[in-house]
Amino acid sequence: MRHPQHWIKTNENGLYCEALDAYIDPMQPVARAIVTHGHADHARAGHGEVFATPETMEIMRIRYGEDHAAKQVELAYGEKIAVGNGELHFVPAGHILGSAQAVIDHDNARLVLSGDYKRSYDPTCKPFEVTPCDVFVTEATFGLPVFRHPPINQEVNKLLASLALFPERCHLVGVYALGKCQRVVLALRELGYSKPVYMHGALLKLCSMYQQFGVELGEIVAVNDVENLKSLAGEIVLAPPSALNDRWSRKLPDVITAMASGWMQIRARSKQRKAELPIIISDHCDWPELLQTIREVNPGEVWVTHGREAALVHQAQKMGYKAKALSLVGYEDDAE
Amino acid sequence: MEAFAELVDKLYFTSSNLAKSAILRDYLRSTPDPDRGWAIAAIAGTLNFDLFKRKLIKDLIVERVDPVLFELSYDYVGEMSETVAHLWPTPEPSEPHENAEQSAFNKQAEKPLPSLSEVVKHFQNSTKQEVQESLIDLLNVMTPNQRWALIKLGTRGLRIGLSARFLKKILAEYAQISALTNDYQQTQEQITVEDIERVWHGVEPPYIDLFAWLEGKAAKPDISKKITFQPVMLSHPVDEELLPEMLADAYESDSPPGIASERPQAWQAEWKFDGIRVQLVVNENGKALFSRTGDDISHSFPDLLSSINAHVVSGVFDGELLAMHDGEIQSFNRLQQRLNKKKPTKKLMSENPVGMVLYDALFIDGKDLRECSLADRVDALHAWHQDKHEHFKEANQKHPVLRLSQALKFSSLAELRKLREQANHADGGFIEGLMLKKRDGRYVAGRPKGQWYKWKRDAKLIDAVIMYAQRGHGKRSSFYSDYTFGCWQDDTLLPIGKAYSGFTDAELKEIDKWVRRNTLGRFGPVKEVKKELVFEVAFDSVHESKRHKSGLALRFPRIHRIRWDKPAAEADMLSTLRSMIEK
Repeated sequence: MRHPQHWIKTNENGLYCEALDAYIDPMQPVARAIVTHGHADHARAGHGEVFATPETMEIMRIRYGEDHAAKQVELAYGEKIAVGNGELHFVPAGHILGSAQAVIDHDNARLVLSGDYKRSYDPTCKPFEVTPCDVFVTEATFGLPVFRHPPINQEVNKLLASLALFPERCHLVGVYALGKCQRVVLALRELGYSKPVYMHGALLKLCSMYQQFGVELGEIVAVNDVENLKSLAGEIVLAPPSALNDRWSRKLPDVITAMASGWMQIRARSKQRKAELPIIISDHCDWPELLQTIREVNPGEVWVTHGREAALVHQAQKMGYKAKALSLVGYEDDAE
Repeated sequence: MEAFAELVDKLYFTSSNLAKSAILRDYLRSTPDPDRGWAIAAIAGTLNFDLFKRKLIKDLIVERVDPVLFELSYDYVGEMSETVAHLWPTPEPSEPHENAEQSAFNKQAEKPLPSLSEVVKHFQNSTKQEVQESLIDLLNVMTPNQRWALIKLGTRGLRIGLSARFLKKILAEYAQISALTNDYQQTQEQITVEDIERVWHGVEPPYIDLFAWLEGKAAKPDISKKITFQPVMLSHPVDEELLPEMLADAYESDSPPGIASERPQAWQAEWKFDGIRVQLVVNENGKALFSRTGDDISHSFPDLLSSINAHVVSGVFDGELLAMHDGEIQSFNRLQQRLNKKKPTKKLMSENPVGMVLYDALFIDGKDLRECSLADRVDALHAWHQDKHEHFKEANQKHPVLRLSQALKFSSLAELRKLREQANHADGGFIEGLMLKKRDGRYVAGRPKGQWYKWKRDAKLIDAVIMYAQRGHGKRSSFYSDYTFGCWQDDTLLPIGKAYSGFTDAELKEIDKWVRRNTLGRFGPVKEVKKELVFEVAFDSVHESKRHKSGLALRFPRIHRIRWDKPAAEADMLSTLRSMIEK
């Protein structure tokens, strides 16, 4: 067996797999890219050849156009393909629709790049699957023991409780367009909220894409199509975070600003976002989930890519694993 | 405790002042004494526990959480209370706590928490052991938000975006609204924020007498016999562009044209002394020295106080504490050796004697001067000083410890500029600019508009290279916003100081990004960065210090400009900085 440390390198483009002659989630256009999911800091336009799940490929086409890459290889979960001197297949990561762990086999060694992933309940995508391997590459976005994300129902109930308390105020919720938005809508539906959910235009395309892939979101209305904006008093409006304190939101009646993100657990982060109603919903693992995953995957070695690497490496070593940080730059904490 | 935690949480997340005021007034209306008083004390930062302190919290958490993970978490979150609130492990409900029987607050999770006043009383009156045990029990059963509120109680000053001044405004509003719904209040005068400021330092938590007065159920608390700090009047920085307009008013008078200096002047100019602002309070019941924030600092300056005879001096005086030797005012560097010494040695006191330059009086001999104009107060102060001159002499003070600040003569903007130019080149290191005060102004607590201005002398500048970066706290939590920088000595950079301010939020993001991309190594929370980025650092003065390897330290360093363009090798030499020391 040839240890993955001999065929994985990091450079300014990101993580490079020599065995497959491919980059994983590269920051720059490259000849061959494996893309784990559709968030903008992982999926970029302009690669020669892209390997991704059909959902991720569709997201990239929506965001970057049909011709975002010269050659687009769609690979359903579990489907294996030979690339370079190795073999690649995808396994669900539970992060957003289409998100995948890239499993790379080469010379009797197996490397799992988990991409971004989570373990908590999310009906908008397939749940994370544990895959035994020699080296497990994990993110550490919320890799500190202060991060314990509450159950999503509890958080969405905060929004519903506020709506009951202030039935005359418009509840504006900041959500990332891809994943968070659809997850919040679905959580509202599961809690019995059947009124239309209003949306900023920037969120609509991805919602209809989710619906095409079978995720039922109920009635969604574009704020642009609302004739009398005063009628949004007492309604839920979703918008991208950048629109929360923007001119756009000033036209809404008597707004309470909420923000749905894993970062909302940290008070100062909520303040930085000017969120009056922080809703802690994360599409990444919290600390207990990260530890649970390492324990269940039980790899020979743990490599940590981006986020709070130092703490997770320390903890993995304490748990008896060989662990190191890959210190990749460019993946943004706040992006999605 | 639940209501208090909820209050603190709501106030923290509410951004509009109107809404904050409504939330707090609502709490005051619905919460009985003494709980509401303790809550006010917590918000105002007047609540202090001897045994419940930040250190205790830290000790308890590192017993429970891996210290490395704690440090990394604290570094990231940027605030101790919140870090501990999240990190505190919730015990399994089936496991009884080992000290279950001994502790006052041991209880089942379903039961309500003790009231705020029970918690406060317990923490104030228990032994170290008891405090520790109760704290553990409370933290065990609380939610993270409640823990946060509890820990904040012990770390003094809640920092929830509600200043002491704003709090008093809300109390005044509370009184005014109570008056509307209260029959016997009708005849009384409306309580203003100024009224509250004036009694504030004479009343104590849980403020029963204060609330009775605010609600019109009792007279104003009498504090005249107390040795009490009175809130001071503060200045704004001068806007140089508006200066001509400001001063133009000064010469528009009805008096006939004549020699400029004979015209009545609306503004008084004085040197801005570079010491520390203090308030001297003396009456028949005692004497004390307060800092401008109301901390009693008498213990640090027993030499000054013992030379003041309470039979001779009586009043509340506003002035600057300075190092003085043989009647000569010394540099701030000299005074600095006296600061923050709880019990100064005789040697220290004899080597670095201090005195006070008086520039205002709030009371003299029991007479309240705060409603008088500055001109009248200054006249009264000078007359009083003249009157006491003989006494000071008798007291065998060759060089009286209480001196007067003298008004500087000027009759035009040009002359005023000349004075400031003089301040720029002043030797001795004890003048840091000019003060401009409106002569007809009352003495108003806080920072009233259009009354007092400080016109600091030009800052000194040096080009230094950023060496280390650390994450910020509070609003800047998780951004790399604290920078250590250095100057060259031969081929080596030696650190000279640290700065956290002077840049815009947009610049902060740029530097933060730069730090992340140019990290060389990490020492706990500190990142060492490539020695490639130059800051133009502004500072008020430089002095010798053992704090940094360079042997120099800066006063009020702030980032003046980010020199993205300047090569690090062209930053300043340490010798250049050394030559800027004022002895």
